[in-house]
Amino acid sequence: MIQLKGIAAAGGISVGPAHKIGREELTVPRQSIKPEEIPVQIQLFEEALIKTRKEIVALQKRIAVEMGQEQAEIFDAHLLVLEDRMLIEEVILRLKQECVNVAYIFSEVLKKYINVFSKIEDEYLKERVVDVNDVGKRILHNLLGRERKEFEDLKEKVVVVAHDLSPSDTAAMHKQKVCAFITDIGGKTSHTAIMAKSLEIPAVVGVEEATTKIKAGDILIVDGGTGVIIINPDEETLRAYQQEELKLKGITEGFLSVKDLPAVTLDGKAVEIVANIELPEEVPSVKLHGAQGIGLYRTEFFYMNRRDLPSEEEHYQAYKYVAEEMNPLPVIIRTLDLGGDKFLSQFEIPKDMQPFLGWRAIRFCLARPDIFKVQLRAILRASVHGKLKLMYPMISGIEELQQAKKILDEAKKELKDRGIPFYNDIEVGAMIEVPSAAMTADLLATEVDFFSIGTNDLIQYSLAVDRTNEKVAYLYEPAHPAVLRLIKNIIEAAHNAGIRVGMCGEMAGEPAFVLVLLGLGLDEFSMPPLVIPEVKSIIRSIKLSDAQAIAKEALKLSTGKEVAEFSQVKLRKILG
Amino acid sequence: MVSVKKKLIVKNKQGLHARPAALFVQIANKFDARITVKRDKERVNGKSIMGILMLGAEKGSAITIEAEGDDANLAISELEKIVNTEG
Repeated sequence: MIQLKGIAAAGGISVGPAHKIGREELTVPRQSIKPEEIPVQIQLFEEALIKTRKEIVALQKRIAVEMGQEQAEIFDAHLLVLEDRMLIEEVILRLKQECVNVAYIFSEVLKKYINVFSKIEDEYLKERVVDVNDVGKRILHNLLGRERKEFEDLKEKVVVVAHDLSPSDTAAMHKQKVCAFITDIGGKTSHTAIMAKSLEIPAVVGVEEATTKIKAGDILIVDGGTGVIIINPDEETLRAYQQEELKLKGITEGFLSVKDLPAVTLDGKAVEIVANIELPEEVPSVKLHGAQGIGLYRTEFFYMNRRDLPSEEEHYQAYKYVAEEMNPLPVIIRTLDLGGDKFLSQFEIPKDMQPFLGWRAIRFCLARPDIFKVQLRAILRASVHGKLKLMYPMISGIEELQQAKKILDEAKKELKDRGIPFYNDIEVGAMIEVPSAAMTADLLATEVDFFSIGTNDLIQYSLAVDRTNEKVAYLYEPAHPAVLRLIKNIIEAAHNAGIRVGMCGEMAGEPAFVLVLLGLGLDEFSMPPLVIPEVKSIIRSIKLSDAQAIAKEALKLSTGKEVAEFSQVKLRKILG
Repeated sequence: MVSVKKKLIVKNKQGLHARPAALFVQIANKFDARITVKRDKERVNGKSIMGILMLGAEKGSAITIEAEGDDANLAISELEKIVNTEG
């Protein structure tokens, strides 16, 4: 039993056999060629570059869906290296001068760059060596016509042990095959650490002698929380760690015991508890916590941190993934909810004086149907893969719904003309977060299939308070009588019109307010996955009639503080 | 043929590395003009990520951008923005 210590890069405990990945040194034969063969060699080189490009783009797409945009962007650097003019020109020049096979020349040029970069005293550049090496190997493989060995043929879950893992290596590993990572080098912010975290796999990096001390097949305990690795543990240690592993999981598992139970009150009223998400990779967590669907899928991240606009395909791939994963449970996609100023890089748009009251969300979308329709078409296309609904943010009056409907109809027609299938009767909802919409909910209800109350903005707008301004933040009171009355009005209007009403603001996940909202008749509560089990157990421990009485009392109170205190007291009584 | 030269100090705290370098190369490649970047004696192709990285231009270093071609002026003004971004 040997113990090694490294840098704790991603938490959790795993036990499994070691699977070593060697630092593969490709030996490239040097062969002289005749001058007339040069064009053929150049063509080989170009073909290898094109093939490599295709591989990286495909990989990038998969990573974007499985792990998120940020991880996928790592490969942007690879594409830049791949298309680098200096590198390509140098290879072609030397090929002509030296009359040696292109694979050999390329490997020599690659070595030269790696040497130069390794010598520069700069952390960032040292990391780039990994990228250059990674792309270089891909190109070489393609030049030599060799297949990369991936992880497909592994039979059991293994602990991957390597000197270093390139992004391509980690991307090729699937969670089903790998239970932990160990590397000789790397730090907390290395690719391996980042990837391990997003895959939720324990990882220890910077172990220094991992690859020399660990033999293939050794049984390893990897504690990603402390950075400790134990090689071939004795039975006692193994048992202790296995118990620890269970305990780690147990903390959440006890809480999750309620997850597969329905959200039904003691007197039989069923409501829906659904999740808010921002990224497709949150879907596993949504399922783990027992959500009955997704009540708010925010789509702003598609547009952030970039200069160009997301393509229809990009939207479509993400929506399709979420729809398929959640099927048959419903997913509500909220269309773009950004301010026009976020697009400053593309258009010359004046900055709003008061962004919250300015050109944003549906207002921006209606003014730019060209941008809006890209998203609508993607949602429509994805609607055949599951149960998708769409919802417009920041609706302030009925005209906006009518205009949005017109644009949606155009989007449908465009798809029809292109012969692309979609679900024609996709449900369309309005977010009710502007006081004018709350007051005229009865009118809006005739135009949509459902409402979703966005309390964060509704509270800000109706109380005229910017909660990010610390001087007035104390005025931000979810349970302010004005807010409660608006919510009551929205729910009644929806039910009178025979449509369902949900809530996707933070208030819906606040245990104390759940009682009041339930009593007011809310049909659907949408919240971060983590709080779902708690809210579910609250709903399962009260009668609807009691919640209604609580809501009635709450409506009589005259300040937000009183309502908050009153609901706290009631909640404590229920939870005993 | 327009030829423009501009001396600049790298303001970005990451230097002309990481994202700024990638951005620089992406923008440079949008133009037809030949773009060269110099630092001390080192001269590299401004359209090459390897070249830009080899410069190792950290924050505060003086570089010269040269552009030759019909869109040289526009190229320089776009590239200047990146070098001058402090973020």
